[in-house]
Formats: sequence, C-alpha cells, structure tokens
Amino acid sequence: MKETYQNVCDGSPKDVGKTSGGGTGMSEDNRNVIEIAHLTKQYGDKRAVDDLNLSIRKGEVFGLLGPNGAGKTTTILMLLGLTEPTAGTALIEGLDCARHPLEVKGIVGYLPDNVGFYPDMTGRQNLRFTGQLNGLAGQELEERIDGLLARVGMTEAADRRAGTYSKGMRQRLGIADVLIKDPEIIIMDEPTLGIDPEGMRELLNLIRELSVEDGRTILISSHQLHQIQQVCDRVGIFVEGKLIASGTLAELEAQILQDGSYLLEMNVHPCDDKLLGMLSQQEGLEKIQKEGNTLLITSKKDIRGQLTKFLGEHGYTILHLHQRGGDLDEIYRRYFEKAGQSDERNDFEEKRKPVWKRRGRNARKGTDRA
Amino acid sequence: MKDSNYLFLSLYTTSGNSIPSFMSFIALLGPIIGLALGFDAVNSERAAGTLNRLVAQPIYRDSIIIGKFLAGTAVIAAIIYTMGIGIGAVGVLCTGVKPSGEEALRILVFLTFTVVYVAFWLALSIWFSVVCRHAATSALASIALWVFFAIFMSLVASIVANAVYPIGDEYHAMVNSYNNYTLNLGLNRISPYYLYSEAVSTIMNPTVRSVNVVTMDQLVGAVSGYLSFGQSLLLVWPHLTGLAALMLIAFGGSYIGFMRQEIRSN
Repeated sequence: MKETYQNVCDGSPKDVGKTSGGGTGMSEDNRNVIEIAHLTKQYGDKRAVDDLNLSIRKGEVFGLLGPNGAGKTTTILMLLGLTEPTAGTALIEGLDCARHPLEVKGIVGYLPDNVGFYPDMTGRQNLRFTGQLNGLAGQELEERIDGLLARVGMTEAADRRAGTYSKGMRQRLGIADVLIKDPEIIIMDEPTLGIDPEGMRELLNLIRELSVEDGRTILISSHQLHQIQQVCDRVGIFVEGKLIASGTLAELEAQILQDGSYLLEMNVHPCDDKLLGMLSQQEGLEKIQKEGNTLLITSKKDIRGQLTKFLGEHGYTILHLHQRGGDLDEIYRRYFEKAGQSDERNDFEEKRKPVWKRRGRNARKGTDRA
Repeated sequence: MKDSNYLFLSLYTTSGNSIPSFMSFIALLGPIIGLALGFDAVNSERAAGTLNRLVAQPIYRDSIIIGKFLAGTAVIAAIIYTMGIGIGAVGVLCTGVKPSGEEALRILVFLTFTVVYVAFWLALSIWFSVVCRHAATSALASIALWVFFAIFMSLVASIVANAVYPIGDEYHAMVNSYNNYTLNLGLNRISPYYLYSEAVSTIMNPTVRSVNVVTMDQLVGAVSGYLSFGQSLLLVWPHLTGLAALMLIAFGGSYIGFMRQEIRSN
C-alpha cells in the first residue's frame, strides 16, 4: 500500500511539502496533545456526538471531515469547555476541558466559522482587545500585533474599520486574532468556507506554515475535502456524531481498497472499438466501461504500467490517466456508502453517478464488456 | 400649591401646562435609556460572530455579562447624575435660589432612585437580548413591557380591583372602597414605573406623609407639618428595596440565561 501512497503524492505535487512537515513535527515529539475519550453529547433525543475517541499528536494537522450537522462544531465546543459533555472526557495537554476551561483557552486558539469583529473598531483595535483579554499589554502587544498583521497580509487594512472588511480579510484577521495568544493548539471551524480561490491558497499556505514552521498542532473541521486534503497529516471522517474512520490518507485508502478494487480513468486517442476489444484481452482487467470519451477500467491490481506499455506499443496516445480512490473525495464518498449515509450531497451525487458506481444494484447489468 | 420652604425642590416637581415635570418625564422616558443600552447587548454580538470569539478567550464567562451590565449602569449613572445636577445648576443660575442641605440630599436620593430604576430596565433588556435570537425581537419585547407598565398596568389594576371589590353602588362603595383601593395600590406597585413614581414623589415632596390609605381616626390629632428627610426616606425604603430586588432579579435572569447558554455562531 506504500506504493499507492507514493502514487498519490506523485499525482499531486501539493502533498509533498505537507508530508515532510508532518514528518518533522512527529519525529520531534510524539505525545498526544488532544485526547478525547468516549465523548458524548446529547441534545434531547439527538446524539450530536456519540462515543467519540480520538487523539491528536503534537505538531499534527488533523482534519475533521463530515457533512453539515455531523457534530463537528459540538465536538469543538466541548474541547474548548464551552459546552458540557453528556459523558466522556476531553483532555488538552492533560487538562480536562470541562473542568479547566480557562487554562485550556489560554493555550488553544479558536477560529470560529463566520468569525466576526467589532465593526466600529479598526482591525488593529480588535486585535489589541483580544490581546488584552489574554493578559498582554504595552510594547510587547503592539509588536506582536504588527508582526501578525504583516504575517497575514493585513498591514495596509489594519487601520480601517473592521466593518468594511471582506469575508477573506475577516478570515485573515481571524487568524491573526487566534495567533495573538501564541497558542500551542489551533482549532479552526470551517476555515475555508466562502473564500475565493486566491484567498484559499493563501489560507492553506498559512496553515501549513503554522504547522511546519511554528510546530503548532492544528485541528481543522470542514466539509470541503479538497482543501483539507492539501494540508492535513491525518483526517477523521465524522458522520452523525461517530468517527467512522481516521488515519492518514494512505491508511484510509488502504482500508477502502481492501474491499474494493482499483478504478482507472483514462482518455486515449484514437478511442475506437478495436481498442476496447484489445483492452478486454488484457490480464487483470475486471470490466471496462465507456463514458463519453473516458474509459473507466476496473481491475484487481494496479495495471497502469502494464497498460501504458501496451498502448504505447500499439500506437495509442494517452491523453489522461488517473487512478481514482487516491483523493479524499473518493475516500469520503466510499465511506459514506459504507456507512449507509445519504445526506443531500450524496443523494445528489448518487443520481449523477455513472452506472458502474451504483454498487450492488446495477454492477452486473451495467457492465458492457466488449 | 408649592411650599416656600422647599422652593428648590419644585424645580424638579413643577409641571407646566404642556410640559411634564422633570420627575415624571424621567419616570416615563428614563427606561428608554436602559432599553437602548441593553436590548442588543448579547444577541447582536452573537449575530456578528464576536461572541464566540470572546468566549474562546481565557476569561470567565460571567465577566462578559457582568461587564455588560456594569458598563451600562455606569453610563446610566453618569447620564442621570449629570442631568439632575445640571438642572439644579441651571436653577441656581436662573433663579438665584440656593438649595438647602436637606434639599440637596433629597435630590441625591431622587437621582439614586432613578439610577436603580433605569438599571432595572437595562437588566431587563439584557435578559431579553440573552433569550431572543434577534435584536429586533428583544427590542420589541422590552418596549412592549415598558409601554405595558407605564400605561396599561394602572388600567389592569383598577379593572381587577373593581372586579374583586366592586364599588358600583353606594352600599358596595362603602363596604369595599378600602379594600378596593388597597388592592389597586398593591397591584400597581408591581409595576416598577408606579413604584418609582410613588417613591420619588414622596422623597421630593416633604408634605407627603403616607403612601398608603390613611383612615380618619389615624389622622385625629395629627399635626400638619413637613416630614423630615429621614422619615421620608423611611417611608420609601421598601420601594427602594423592591426596585433593587426587581433589578437584581432581572439581572440574575440574564446571568443564568447567559451562563447556561451554548454559544454558537449561527
């Protein structure tokens, strides 16, 4: 399975920095800074968080993934001692979050979703206020504010009223606000929501920087997979209050692949019936399906090398070749299938799904082997 | 008829043809200050997303709500004392009448009463802002309560009193009028508006000797005269206690509500 992971990394160069960053963080100090044991939160009949067990190591970027309403925010609130758990414990640096919320809040920076600032104060004044709440004052505070404003690229806008800021600017100021107290652990709730692509890129760079250069532990909750994928060392998939899987991308993929098979997406020129015929003769292929100009090939093992060689020899040009299952989107979706989930998003995607993906029901019928 | 012995106090209690006295003006409109300062204290911060940023800082959660109340009360006190003393200063300048020591004390007590009264409305509006999700809801709710107490409470009190102790015909009037009046008064005193008005008019008018029904035989042998400052204060001490209790109940409600609440951004 190591090989598969390598391939994933090759496919997406953005992963390279992250891998090395996570590596250094973990080799230095491998202790757990966040320990969640049997954490449960009950709202009336609904179990928002159900017997959650999770530990997060120092210097790690952990992505908590799940659809809206899965209990991510509730978990975060319990970690900050803002909500009392019905059962179970959450420890941060050995401190019980429900019993010592003040100490916990002193070392944890929290960036809520939809972070807001006092609109009639400038960005700088807002930061100063937070700094003062954390017991900072004077020259030290001013220097720290200047440094952080520069770091998040808000120096020019710092003396404008916060009411005039755009969503992206508020988010950046929010990060500066979190960093004022120089936290060991940063918790971000949906940080990527509603940010333009350029802002997203900057935000992700910043998150990576916070992890790699500063060695902070970061917990990100999100339902946006692609962004998370780029920065996280480990992810946990969280559905209806339960953590249904957690681990590195490679581990998750390995788990999925054990009960699935490889799926290859390929565009070839020329794409004719002769090709289909020849491909079906190939060893190890389970089925081939044609979807527009794209061929979807299911196999028991990784056949990319074999196929490339074969196609090259027969004068075909490969326009596109992609092993599905390597990205988080796919992993996420498969876990949902496994857990029998159907939120709106999945319903929608179920309809859009090509026939071969509707497992169980149409798998046999849908195969049009040439 | 105003008394020449307490000329300076009439500065606060005299009303013109179309202008209400300073005292009744404050009683009616003072609450607006409290409501304006408190109606969006918590829910606007929640809506703006600053509240959950605030609670994530290493500060006690009580300090947020206590801070909001104390800050509002400080502003109210500054407004009320400045206004009251300002009126006195204008009076001294225009009329040349100087207040005696007792008059000054009475004015001070009057202003203190006013601060507690307005602080009650502040606490009440903060409570609404904790309970209601939108600032508009809490503003309307607190204004509705203010209008009710200021205008409709006396109606309700007399309707109830008349229903319980009818005084329609002569016989009933004779039998029930004492009880009717007492019940009416008791119900009215639930309203902080009435409580405050009664208390300050007692303090500001040394001629007021009783706030309850006085029977003829209680008056037998009474010598007409002014009540001393201490006696006036004694007369309205229960009012002050009641107002302070109302204020603390309102603040206690908002405190408990806020402490038990889950702070989420949406």
